[in-house]
Amino acid sequence: MTDDAVVAEGLVKEFGSVKALNGINLTVKRGQVVGLLGPNGAGKTTAVRILSTLLTPTAGRAMVSGFDVVKNPEEVRRSIGLTGQYAAVNEYLTGRENLIMFGALYHLPSSYVKKRATELLEWFELTEAANRPAKTYSGGMRRRLDLASSLIAQPSILFLDEPTTGLDPRSRLGMWDVINGLVAEGTTVLLTTQYLEEADQLADEIVVIDHGQVIAQGTAEMLKDQIGGDRIEISIVDPARVSDAVAAIRSVSSGDPLVEELKISAPVSGGSTVLVNAIRALDVQGVEVGDIVLRRPTLDDVFLSVTGHGAEESTPPTEEPKRGRGRK
Amino acid sequence: MTTSIPTRKRPLLGWNISDGAVVSRFSLVQTLRVPELMFFSLVQPVMFVLLFAYVFGGAIPIAGAGATPDDAADIYRNYLMPGIFGQTVAFAAAATTVGMAESMSTGLIDRFRSLPMASGAVLIGRTFADAARQILVLLVLSITGLLVGWRITGGFWNAVGAYALLLLFAYAVSWVGAYIGLSMRSVETASTAGLIWLFPLTFLSNAFVPISSMPTWLQTIAAYNPISTLVLATRELFGNPTGIQPDYWPMNNPVLYTIGSCLLVVAIFATISIRKYKRTTAK
Repeated sequence: MTDDAVVAEGLVKEFGSVKALNGINLTVKRGQVVGLLGPNGAGKTTAVRILSTLLTPTAGRAMVSGFDVVKNPEEVRRSIGLTGQYAAVNEYLTGRENLIMFGALYHLPSSYVKKRATELLEWFELTEAANRPAKTYSGGMRRRLDLASSLIAQPSILFLDEPTTGLDPRSRLGMWDVINGLVAEGTTVLLTTQYLEEADQLADEIVVIDHGQVIAQGTAEMLKDQIGGDRIEISIVDPARVSDAVAAIRSVSSGDPLVEELKISAPVSGGSTVLVNAIRALDVQGVEVGDIVLRRPTLDDVFLSVTGHGAEESTPPTEEPKRGRGRK
Repeated sequence: MTTSIPTRKRPLLGWNISDGAVVSRFSLVQTLRVPELMFFSLVQPVMFVLLFAYVFGGAIPIAGAGATPDDAADIYRNYLMPGIFGQTVAFAAAATTVGMAESMSTGLIDRFRSLPMASGAVLIGRTFADAARQILVLLVLSITGLLVGWRITGGFWNAVGAYALLLLFAYAVSWVGAYIGLSMRSVETASTAGLIWLFPLTFLSNAFVPISSMPTWLQTIAAYNPISTLVLATRELFGNPTGIQPDYWPMNNPVLYTIGSCLLVVAIFATISIRKYKRTTAK
């Protein structure tokens, strides 16, 4: 078996005249967590659907767990778990019944399925709700049941399509814990997200996609370094002193300062000594400072610099045609 | 992580049946979890029995009707019940349509499609469960019928045959319903689209009025409508009044024509539905 759990080469997917994917290359090593990051309509879901055998690519090929997704979908399905954007459970059945049904459909022995269902219900804190129809569950509980459903056969590769979209912050943190737990056990995870923070928190490697293309790739640190080092940000009190403050900041910065009303920011190099120098320079000018920070670039900055737009803005030209079955 | 869970081996057709049985079983369990859904699916046919039996009862003459208005109404009720049975099992298709559309909108079908299960199993299981549910519906309807004066006079095995024919019909239309459900873009459209075709189908038939009372061109349509032959066959098997039939082949061979059209419908719609299911997200 190869070291690569997922390999995609030149994946193209066209929906009519719309190119949802325009030549995606992607590799996920065994045990790795890769975050597919991009705005709505970037092609994330399409990519996951191809890798999980739900869609056939227009061009290119993909191997999952060593099997071609088009030629051997059956083998691929045996080694993957998929959790989509919506809680894909039968809401009329109880939590336990859902798990047992999916387990049976994975062709697992029923004694194993029963044991595993109990285990998963406990792990996902659903034991008390196990015998209630999923209809009565809260959003967070449904998503946990959904994730539990995709783990019934202990898949070695897990696809998580926006696992926390629509969840409240507390449920989101809970979901992150669960995902980290799975990763610690050695599960390979490919997750999509439009939350930079999520990719930063969970993924070993981040692949930024936009308009169906990979536009940046690397660890969170590498991506942050790619757009430059730290930035110093100050806000001053007196509007009349902006130009003096800019002069002071320019004397310590490695690039042109950016001014937004009373806020001035500039790229710097040299770590925290820069802060001391900046304060000194401002003091010499006699500028009163309201706030001063040294900030590592966030993935938001990365996103902005590689796509030219923010991460949570959608990009109309390649809006991915959703399945349109009223899934909103 | 362990990947060495033993999986069971079986040939493909076997998997379609055994996976279908799993889907079917849980689909029936679902019925028990939402008894109110079952209840409301029973209200309509029961209401129809009462309305037709008492409101239209005496007004629709059936050939061979008795001398007094009371006799005529009684004969109509016996004529009516197989019509209601036929209409009711036909409407089973609507439940399949909505069920499939719902499963698609919640992403449940995506999940099924990502499992290593047989690709026909979801549809095989659902259609079977939807037909099986009609057993209870037919039971409740039969009791209602007996209460309004309907009687089975054709013998035990003929009655069994009549019920079997009704269930076969329910199974066949469920496949049509499944196809419509898979083709709809939302649950709302599916619940309308799942119903509209059933009204002309059931009313352009002998379910409620004798075909001979219709204009000639309509008689031809009604005579070839499988609902008409189903209802006629059921009337004959239950030993209920049939009225006088115009001379068409299906009307002369109702059991054969009904079984034939059911098998044809299953063959066509199972093929196109399963094909559609396999690409349901592949737009």
